[in-house]
Amino acid sequence: MLRGFCIAAFLLMAISAAPAANGLNVKIGYLGRADKTETISLIEMPAANDGVAGAELAIDDNNTTGKFLNQSFSLQELLLKDQDDPAAAVQKLADNGISLIVTDLPAAMLLKAADAGRQRGLFFFNAGATDDRLRQEDCRANVIHTAPSRAMLADGLAQYLVWKHWTRWLLVVGSHAPDKLFANALRRSAQRFGAQIVQEREFKDTGGARRTDSGLVQIQSQIPLFTQSAPDYDVLVAADESQVFADYMPYRTSQPRPVAGSAGLEPTTWDPAFDQWGAIQLQSRFEKKFSRWMTALDMQAWMAVRMVGEAVSHVNSDDPKAILRYTEGPDFALAAFKGRKLTVRDWDLQLRQPILLADGRTVVSVSPQQGFLHQYSELDTLGIDRPETKCKLK
Amino acid sequence: MWLRFILGIALVLTLDGQASAYRAYVSNERSNTVSLIDTDAWKVVKTIKVGQRPRGIAYTKDQKYVLVACGDDDTIQMIDTGTNAVADTLPSGPDPEFFTASPDGKFLYVANENDNTVTIIDIARREQVGAVQVGVEPEGMAMSPDGKILINTSETTNMAHFIDPAKREVLASVLVDQRPRFAAFTPDGSELWVSSEVGGTVSVIDPVKRVVKDKIEFAIAGMRSDPIQPVGINITSDGKLAFIALGPANHVAVVDVKSHKVIKYLLVGQRVWHMAFTPDGKYLLAANGVSNDVSVIDVAALKVVNTVQVGELPWGIAMSDH
Repeated sequence: MLRGFCIAAFLLMAISAAPAANGLNVKIGYLGRADKTETISLIEMPAANDGVAGAELAIDDNNTTGKFLNQSFSLQELLLKDQDDPAAAVQKLADNGISLIVTDLPAAMLLKAADAGRQRGLFFFNAGATDDRLRQEDCRANVIHTAPSRAMLADGLAQYLVWKHWTRWLLVVGSHAPDKLFANALRRSAQRFGAQIVQEREFKDTGGARRTDSGLVQIQSQIPLFTQSAPDYDVLVAADESQVFADYMPYRTSQPRPVAGSAGLEPTTWDPAFDQWGAIQLQSRFEKKFSRWMTALDMQAWMAVRMVGEAVSHVNSDDPKAILRYTEGPDFALAAFKGRKLTVRDWDLQLRQPILLADGRTVVSVSPQQGFLHQYSELDTLGIDRPETKCKLK
Repeated sequence: MWLRFILGIALVLTLDGQASAYRAYVSNERSNTVSLIDTDAWKVVKTIKVGQRPRGIAYTKDQKYVLVACGDDDTIQMIDTGTNAVADTLPSGPDPEFFTASPDGKFLYVANENDNTVTIIDIARREQVGAVQVGVEPEGMAMSPDGKILINTSETTNMAHFIDPAKREVLASVLVDQRPRFAAFTPDGSELWVSSEVGGTVSVIDPVKRVVKDKIEFAIAGMRSDPIQPVGINITSDGKLAFIALGPANHVAVVDVKSHKVIKYLLVGQRVWHMAFTPDGKYLLAANGVSNDVSVIDVAALKVVNTVQVGELPWGIAMSDH
């Protein structure tokens, strides 16, 4: 048995070394955030390699495939601080012969990067930013989105709540800009699928640390006060991307009500507890390599690098134009453990994908829900559909 | 009069029993059991407790054992077909899902999903004797009728790998559509059929040129293409008809092997996975993963004639030779 493993290991090395010499070597860049946000829950603190780990695993997967096609893949990572210039980082990657870049950057930085890369013919995969404007008025012809939009996340959640007949929502919104954007998406979803927002409340961020030694005592009395005397509602929906209050809501509301949105039942593209449709295989591969669980950001980066791998295995070229043509075209499909193929919306370059609803322990459901029909693809009941698009790809 | 009538029934039952009583072993992925179906009575006559997450299942050539891959136990268990209890295990490597045997029945080739490996096991010695590195998430396994080419499909690499079982090396790899799950040769060995679950197609490969020469697509009236996810492929021994399980589309497609044209869709249970013919070729049994039953298809009539309740999430079926 030991001998078998040694031989196997040797073969693997020999083969993966070969293509670099005379085959196609595809270099992929990764632009990530150096500043990681603080979370309310200690167990949700992002790892230093959150996101890029998913990209690295996909590089391994691409290389396993590539050894049969004389193709190899490598990743070069750059982390940017909020004040760094994304254009300079893009030039640096381009100078290293990179023309495909996976990003986990805020919307404004992504746009700077994409516009700087356009002159040099670079192509981007947005794995991190959920902003709807990147799929709408600020869409770019050289940016594919593997990250879901806020509209997709909100629609995925809303479909399930409506299916449960939890149609009366108490919407609690944080005071930061991203919280308000998520609230916009939730309002749109409520209207689309027939839920009613019985009241909205703002939870102001008054500052203060998330890690304290006696915070629990205060929170236990603050949250019931904050949520009392609301009109009758079925579910509290929290919009708190800034991690200020949502995780304090479950079990502490004045009325005994479930919580959804940024805490409780959360819409996401991946969850460490997800094991359907072969997902267990990706989860075990990831955990074996990185000794931690795989996050949604890891998954979105994995999908981006796998999209490149999938396209390269068919077009046998790392020319961004050829890769874009293939991924947008009718032959492209990505298998990503969601029980159906993922394809790209040609009107805004958003990857169509199901949305998981996870409660932190298990995956409760996967949207689109049964009964939400669409003339082309049920996945297009999630997010901005073709007739509503404001995107003009240029 | 009554006595004659009863005797008559008994006689018919006995004759019928001799003609068609086979045993089908069905692996139940969730209940960790194997259901033993008597194809005369069309009911489960025994439920055998096995290891965790049983999926791939097949008879050994000598019919003494039914092998069942228990993925979460990292082993293949051997069910003694005399006692119908687990008698021994094979060292399969991590997470075995599916396997096929050499034509002489000596070697077993196992797809290890978690390890990008096909493991070769000497069944008599109960020993691993080699391994072949393949693509990401190996799954489907098939042996060419002449025993010279072993096929493995890898789900995330999206390829059918052509393996020389003697030299234990990959000779060629053919790209197919997303998530290839199952491979089957036509009985004359002239074509290799590979189903792609997420791609929704069956690629017909020329095994000599090693290129995809045709792709079979499916369309069921009133159904969108998303749930049409081909998995199991079973071809009649005369090489005329292929039955293709379409997963969550809840149908089995019947395909004319010569023209590659779908001639009928048969409604079966929910999420149909793998299938097996009775040895006389009269019936095809199909395991329905979500509805926890097995559909019985009359091959001549192309009709579903019976349904047998089994354990939870039935996955694969092994059928006795006699």
